[in-house]
Amino acid sequence: MATAAVGPETRVDYLNVDYGIKSWLLTTDHKRIALLYLVSITLFFFVGGAAAALMRLNLIEPNGALVEPATYNKLFSTHGIIMVFFFMIPSIPAVLGNFLVPMMIGARDLAFPRLNLLSWYIFMAGGALCMYAVIGGGVDTGWTFYTPLSTTYLNTNVMSAALGVFVAGFSSILTGLNFVVTIHKMRAPGMTWFRMPLFLWAIYATSIIQILGTPVLAITLALVGLERLFHVGIFDPAVGGDPILFQHLFWFYSHPAVYIMILPSLGVISELVTCFAKKRIFGYSFVAFSSVAIAAISFLVWGHHMFVSGQSIYAGIIFSGLSFAVAIPSAIKVFNWTATLYKGSISYQAPMLYALGFIGLFTMGGLTGLFLATLAVDTHVHDTYFVVGHFHYIMVGGAVMGYLGGIHFWWPKITGRLYPDGWARLAAAIIFIGFNLTFFPQYMLGYLGMPRRYAIYPPEFQVLNVMSSAGASILGVGYLIPLVYMIWSIRYGPVAGPNPWGAKGLEWQTPSPPPTENFPETPVVTEEAYAYGAKEVAVG
Amino acid sequence: MLGHIVPKKTYFLIFGALLALTALTTSMAYVNLGQWNTIVALTIACCKATLVVLFFMHLRWSTRLMRVVLLSALLWLAILISLTTTDFFSRDWTPIPESWETSRLPSPPAQGELRTSRQ
Amino acid sequence: MADSHAGAALAHQFEDLEQQHEAASLGMWIFLATEVMFFGGLFAGYTIYRNLYMPGFDAGSHLLNVTIGAINTAVLICSSLTMALGVRAAQLGKRKTLLTFLICTLALGLAFILIKLTLEWRHDYLEGFAPGLNFTFAGPHAKSVELFFCFYFLMTGVHALHMVVGVGVLSVLLALAWKGHFGPQRYNAVETAGLYWHFVDIVWIFLFPLLYLIGGRY
Repeated sequence: MATAAVGPETRVDYLNVDYGIKSWLLTTDHKRIALLYLVSITLFFFVGGAAAALMRLNLIEPNGALVEPATYNKLFSTHGIIMVFFFMIPSIPAVLGNFLVPMMIGARDLAFPRLNLLSWYIFMAGGALCMYAVIGGGVDTGWTFYTPLSTTYLNTNVMSAALGVFVAGFSSILTGLNFVVTIHKMRAPGMTWFRMPLFLWAIYATSIIQILGTPVLAITLALVGLERLFHVGIFDPAVGGDPILFQHLFWFYSHPAVYIMILPSLGVISELVTCFAKKRIFGYSFVAFSSVAIAAISFLVWGHHMFVSGQSIYAGIIFSGLSFAVAIPSAIKVFNWTATLYKGSISYQAPMLYALGFIGLFTMGGLTGLFLATLAVDTHVHDTYFVVGHFHYIMVGGAVMGYLGGIHFWWPKITGRLYPDGWARLAAAIIFIGFNLTFFPQYMLGYLGMPRRYAIYPPEFQVLNVMSSAGASILGVGYLIPLVYMIWSIRYGPVAGPNPWGAKGLEWQTPSPPPTENFPETPVVTEEAYAYGAKEVAVG
Repeated sequence: MLGHIVPKKTYFLIFGALLALTALTTSMAYVNLGQWNTIVALTIACCKATLVVLFFMHLRWSTRLMRVVLLSALLWLAILISLTTTDFFSRDWTPIPESWETSRLPSPPAQGELRTSRQ
Repeated sequence: MADSHAGAALAHQFEDLEQQHEAASLGMWIFLATEVMFFGGLFAGYTIYRNLYMPGFDAGSHLLNVTIGAINTAVLICSSLTMALGVRAAQLGKRKTLLTFLICTLALGLAFILIKLTLEWRHDYLEGFAPGLNFTFAGPHAKSVELFFCFYFLMTGVHALHMVVGVGVLSVLLALAWKGHFGPQRYNAVETAGLYWHFVDIVWIFLFPLLYLIGGRY
């Protein structure tokens, strides 16, 4: 099936080099695999979003407008599991990372292309298992699978959900492994570590976390499954087991996991801010090292999820202090982006709107994280909507907006088409407004004492809940709009040249869409990253 | 030639050392050293592991990057074990008020009592 | 002839064979790092519980057979030797030698699994030391002994699973080596499989003292 009359001439690119379902399902081209992931995670996003919609609809009424509490438990568990493991964790690494890592370093593909394809199949297998769990009766442990509820007391689809997450974890591990080897061993001549785009530093740091953290989640979920299957008492107090051990093992991965979710977005923002301010990044090495610092320190703070669990107070003090420390590298990034924007030549296309929104919302989310890291405050707001507000500001106001900004930014490179920027800016504004209306009231609800994961609530909380649900509907509309115009643009959008934004970076030196081997010949790198008119003094 | 070719003699020497250390650690378990039994056993295990890593796995002739990978993994394992341990071993440092003693709480349901079907 | 052979061995994404070789080794080392963390979760749990319930864990440990454990350790060490010699043979392009050592490693791996299954696990099950299936130990510290055996079966079980995967990989290598697939320019698969095999050996090197010995046998 030929493309429309208006389109690239007979130039062969990675999209038209071969047709047919086999050429997609058996591809080893990192760019095609990125698109496989793009379609999959978009589907999962809307499944998780549907669960959220039902939750917010239910919370319009204090006594639950829509579902029984038992069903509500299944809804928030579905929302959490699908969104965390099947949307957020893969999103930027598996879509933008897969597409861009080889291109940004000037390579023809990743180090292990077949392993890359296997990662996608493993991801889909895990997704199928979780969808079975969801459709076949639901799982209601929450995405955190706490024991002894998950091991001893529940009779829902815990096994299949845990197995699905276990399997999907290996996809994450193998993707991270692929990226680390590629970045170490396959950079083009002249592409030193400190000439790499900061997106690659972020992906590298993310991959370290994926490699070192995910296996612990795997073994922990395996233990939960085995305890359910054989009634052995690893986390069962009756035999001397300790449920808190589960929490330690679970959060050892799951805290760094939230950095898997945010770090790549932080990398995208560095790309967007420099391109749309037409300015070199302020403090390149600070931003680069802060990514690695976040990855390292993220492994030292997991106990802040367990302050009121029965964990020792002294361990709590250690974890609290370290949690303050992990905020510092994130703040360094925000300062550097701000300094980059200062006296830049700023344009407000959609990717930049997402980036600016990110900086504000991520900062708010991050600051509320400090509240939660404080032992005394957390005693009151733990397991309330304050926590829910905090992580949604980071994950949705931060990571998802970074993801959307990145998708818009690199869309011309991926598809060879331009999306309509007017609609894109409108969608970005709707998302921003809807987001804040949804989640700012949740800070207030949490502070006032409304617990999370509850299907019903005292009537005095209704106004804030209704505001939040109204915001959620606006947010939903905002997410649907890009779906429409992006798909539209694939066929009807104006043809994009190699570099519609005038950006720096190797990926912009090759046609849009790129040929399968990315570059006709291996590029040689001679200039620094972000070499936009270098008139200002850069630190580092 | 890709990679380093190790002489067969080296392999056999290391093999001998590994068997000897295994015999040593087994026999030491039968000697009463009190607290030191654990330390001796684990030290010998570390020695054996080091020999396998350096010679059989060629780390002695590998790039620095691969050593960093291994050391990072060991460091991260140490972080997992040590920080988790700080919790379990400092719990007793905070006294529990008498009113919280578990004997005053209602007894929890028996294992399996709430379970209706298994998954 | 060397060039065409090199051409066939070089994957399209790499510039030269050396880059490919280093990438393969680095990739396997990173995978082993993930395995360290995978087993590490079990080791962490074992460490915590052993220190909480030392008398029970020592009692459980005494119910294991040190001789069989030591023999199994020796079996695995032998298999590491033959694996290392096999990699060396591949590096030197010696097909018959490679085949011999792959078969030896395979046989020793199977021996380990067989000894474990028949002489240890089956025995433990019949004696009533298998939590969840047949646990009838009624001596002092019974609950802690049960917890010990949970970890014993988990840790040796996950280890044995890795052995089985290793045996599978070796079988594939055996088939490829039979067809003359490997040579001095093309032995990455053997070397990376070797790294994996040695790692599984190292896990056992730690499991043996941790499970069988540190309670002391005096």
